[in-house]
Amino acid sequence: MADAIARASALEGRFLNDEGITLVRAEPATRLSLRAPKTAVKSLSKALGLDLPQRPKTSTAKDGRAALWLGPDEWLVIDENEADLVGACASVSAFHSAVDVSHRNTAILVSGPRAEAVLNAGCPQDLSLDAFPVGACSRTVFGKTEIILWRTEKDAFRVECWRSFSDYVFMLLKAAARDR
Amino acid sequence: MPQTFRIASVGRLDNADPVRFTFDGKSFEGLHGDTLASALLANGVHLVGRSFKYHRPRGMVSAGAEEPNALVGVHRDAARRAPNVRATVQEIHEGLDAVSQNRWPSLSFDVGALNDLASPFFSAGFYYKTFMWPKAAWERVYEPFIRRAAGLGEAPDRPDPDCYANRFAHCDVLVIGGGAAGLSAALAAADAGARVILADEQAETGGALRYETGAMIDGIPGWDWAQAVTAELVARDNVQLLTRTTGFGYYAQNMVGLVERLTDHLVSPATDQPRERLWQVRAKRVVLATGAIERHMVFPDNDRPGIMLASAARSYLNHFGVAVGRNVAVYTAEDSAWQAAIDLKRAGVSIAAIVDCRPDPQGPHVEEARRLGIECLTGHAVTGTAGRLRISSIKVRPASGGAERSIACDALITSSGWTPAVHLFSQSRGKLVFDAETQCFLPGNSVQDLTSVGACAGTVDLSETVAEALKAGHEAAGGAARKLPKLSADSTERWSGGMLGAGEGAGAESTAKAFVDFQNDVTAKDIRQAVREGMRSIEHVKRFTTTGMATDQGKTSNMHGLAIAAEMLGKPIPEVGLTTFRAPYTPVTFGALVGHGKGRLFEPVRRTPMHDWAEAHGAVFEDVGQWKRAWFFPQAGEDMHAAVARECRTVRQSAGIFDATTLGKIEVVGPDAARFMELMYTNPWQKLGIGRCRYGVMLREDGFIYDDGVVGRLAEDRFHVTTTTGGAPRVLNHMEDYLQTEFPDLKVYLTSTSEQWAVIAVQGPKSRDIIAPLVEGIDLSDEAMPHMSVREGMICGVPTRLFRMSFTGERGFEINVPADYGRAVWEAVWAEGEKHGACAYGTETMHVLRAEKGFIIVGQETDGTVTPHDAGLSWAIGRKKTDFVGMRGLARPDLVAPGRKQLVGLRTRDPKTVLEEGAQIVADSQAPIPVPMLGHVTSSYWSENCGHSIALALVAGGHERMGETLYVPMPDGVIAVEVTSTVFFDEKGERTNG
Repeated sequence: MADAIARASALEGRFLNDEGITLVRAEPATRLSLRAPKTAVKSLSKALGLDLPQRPKTSTAKDGRAALWLGPDEWLVIDENEADLVGACASVSAFHSAVDVSHRNTAILVSGPRAEAVLNAGCPQDLSLDAFPVGACSRTVFGKTEIILWRTEKDAFRVECWRSFSDYVFMLLKAAARDR
Repeated sequence: MPQTFRIASVGRLDNADPVRFTFDGKSFEGLHGDTLASALLANGVHLVGRSFKYHRPRGMVSAGAEEPNALVGVHRDAARRAPNVRATVQEIHEGLDAVSQNRWPSLSFDVGALNDLASPFFSAGFYYKTFMWPKAAWERVYEPFIRRAAGLGEAPDRPDPDCYANRFAHCDVLVIGGGAAGLSAALAAADAGARVILADEQAETGGALRYETGAMIDGIPGWDWAQAVTAELVARDNVQLLTRTTGFGYYAQNMVGLVERLTDHLVSPATDQPRERLWQVRAKRVVLATGAIERHMVFPDNDRPGIMLASAARSYLNHFGVAVGRNVAVYTAEDSAWQAAIDLKRAGVSIAAIVDCRPDPQGPHVEEARRLGIECLTGHAVTGTAGRLRISSIKVRPASGGAERSIACDALITSSGWTPAVHLFSQSRGKLVFDAETQCFLPGNSVQDLTSVGACAGTVDLSETVAEALKAGHEAAGGAARKLPKLSADSTERWSGGMLGAGEGAGAESTAKAFVDFQNDVTAKDIRQAVREGMRSIEHVKRFTTTGMATDQGKTSNMHGLAIAAEMLGKPIPEVGLTTFRAPYTPVTFGALVGHGKGRLFEPVRRTPMHDWAEAHGAVFEDVGQWKRAWFFPQAGEDMHAAVARECRTVRQSAGIFDATTLGKIEVVGPDAARFMELMYTNPWQKLGIGRCRYGVMLREDGFIYDDGVVGRLAEDRFHVTTTTGGAPRVLNHMEDYLQTEFPDLKVYLTSTSEQWAVIAVQGPKSRDIIAPLVEGIDLSDEAMPHMSVREGMICGVPTRLFRMSFTGERGFEINVPADYGRAVWEAVWAEGEKHGACAYGTETMHVLRAEKGFIIVGQETDGTVTPHDAGLSWAIGRKKTDFVGMRGLARPDLVAPGRKQLVGLRTRDPKTVLEEGAQIVADSQAPIPVPMLGHVTSSYWSENCGHSIALALVAGGHERMGETLYVPMPDGVIAVEVTSTVFFDEKGERTNG
């Protein structure tokens, strides 16, 4: 029997550090696509140790675990310590759907003073700090793909996309980074 | 050659900063800051091109974006050859290489100018009248001729090597135009704390202050004020000031398209620097400060090089320090041209005469001109010009009639007044209103959040302009609570007077060429002719004469054309109408619109985790939607046929390993999951046991097959649904649509897991032996895990959803593992497979093997008109079910009528003949044409395992035709086929357990 296999990222070796902009692939994480009506929010929040955000474009984060509001009954939960998120929700009996999407998504960390402008090459949203403050998140588009954009710091974003689109997303970010 | 028309004492360019460039191969010197037009004029060059239709010599008309004439090619290198660049906009840089267009063999001697002599034959509507008959001549004679003659300039024949950028932006106030109005508005908006974007098409802001020497703002000359304000705005955090940026399109909800030119003015831009940047700006409020465009006078032979707009002559003089001639004549119907004459005279240029068609113009400028000793011929008209490649004289006579007199000159500057640039306002869907007093179309009611200020709104007085712009900027920024800012402004400039239409000597009786539209060579006579021939709407006049249809969109000409048509029709201008203003305001490159979306970024290319392995093992790939899928794995010396035959054989003899990752996957979760599945698929699901799988068929409301796939039940409330590769997004949308709109009471959630799982199909008699050493915690025996079951466990130390299922008819498994583990698990499976002589196989072999078993592929056997009954899938419809999507559709009379096309197998009489997919099928090969067609071949392959060709086909009444001989007529002969069952191999289906 083989030893446990390490995760192989679709973005192995991809990196860009240019004036005012850095693109790095995020470390492996576990992810949960969480769907639930209001009635289950409290117990799920408790099970996950994190208050599921209730307002559009907001997120909550604690100790490497974050919940991103994607819709009135939809969250993306990310755990950078690769904790078992499905297991965490298993005890909740209220109606909900917790589906493991740890490998469905991959993430690129976009940071630097030019991060906002580089993302605006493909994302039509207003990313100014007033409209998209630290902690804001949104399922949106980047060029011809869907992404989930999450502002983690003033000059730092996490771009989540489906695994097979990550090559396109990285290349488009790189092309946009040339536009100084 | 020295810049003999440069006057050192005027203008703002630095005489110590020369720039060398070439035009038509000849080397010239200009100054840093020159446009190609100003630099050529500094060298006394007016002739820069030949007109489109008549090949008449032409020179610069304007000093800006509205230029109709001075279109040149600019060549940076072999691939960068931009045609139709306006010389009045292109900035020169060291080594700039420009060429004239539409001439052969040379600009000064052009054979095409014969068209001018033949012009009676090229009148309005020429194309419509001439190229009518005979019909056959279109393809061979007319079209090639027109194509050769059509178009200006030469498109580059190599791919564009430049890159282009895109930027989405948001702001509180977007100001288009950086003249006195735009700068004032931006300043007020910025002061009120708004996020402001200001775009100006020129290299520097300032607008008309560039040449209006009589303007004072805030106590300093207008131009100096403009530069000071610009510096102030640039320094602010809340302002983005974009020069060389044209607002070209105004779209819904205050989305405005801007294009910023980044490198065309640079000597040697970095290779990775974008050439242009497209801005898609969403503004809370837009302030349009786009100014006005001067019109030329319409009179006979008004198109010679050296004839240009008065404001252009002032720009060249006051900004660039260039005199457009040594002895300049003026022909005007309004006041600002007088000021141009005065400026020229003061700079030492001789003024041949000022001809004003108004009987008695008054004002300080008239007095000043007379004081300077300029001959002022009021109540006169210019009725003709002379000079072959450059104007040499004008003919002048009193407007009331009388003797004609010739006056020598080397340039003629004209003005018939100003047309407000309402293009963007009109694009915003705002209504234009004709102002009878000023004879202008002005912005009426806006339908978007925008304000027009300054000359584009019909305000010509500088102090009024500044005041209304400050107010607009202030209010747009929501600065109501604060005090409205004030700026003193005062100007001696006058813009009053003006006329529309043809002047003396170009009246209805005239056959002279008095040009209205320079770029498309449309004369006053052409427009009159269009009306005589029955055109009543200006839209028809435009299309018949092509006036206003060139790349300048008639910026200088439309109002003249309209006035002439109105006069002919005896109607007021607003009743004749106005042609539509369409984006773009000025030409925009395809590159800017495409932006990053070319080459590898044209479309996302999706690859599976096992892609690189397949590539390393020689796979040939095919595109399936955005996915790259391994098509077949040729070994040394194998062609596709040999590779597929080997793969097909190996799978049935031993085993094959196949990357099925691209299949769509949807997790259906919730207490009502089974009920929801019952509604979405034809099959019954309530009684499907946990750990069991079923092949599901999904219909549309109309009863036709929409998708199919194997579904596994993981728990009472959880299904793992698979879809076709191409169907993944639409099937999820379809399900979500029904869930939200038809069945919102069901407690179910849908999640796409297509990319969560890498899928490795292992198919063939040895499949269990291959995976057994790798699997943990799952009993793989037939008793414990029969065909069509699913188990969760571990493989290679990672979690798996292991399906026992088969799309080949063999014993088979599909190993689902989290995608990041896909490659490693694949390699482990491959290592085991090699011990058993297994092969990797691609989509082609997959297609052949499933066809041998008669399994359909949605989209190949089905085309949106095939029911489950037609496809032989009646068994997949739950007989006891009372509802599912498509159930009522299936009962429609036409869907149960006899004679429907049904899926059958075909065997060719000659076993080696492989039918062509899509080939038609007939009952009687001898029947007269048109032969009634019974259907067509949907799939056809050589089957190595059967030893003969196989085909699937949709044939009318096919299920009743078993054993019949039908025919497939092909260009090289008729192929006889026998109708058979769709199952060609292992008819009893024993091998899934073999």
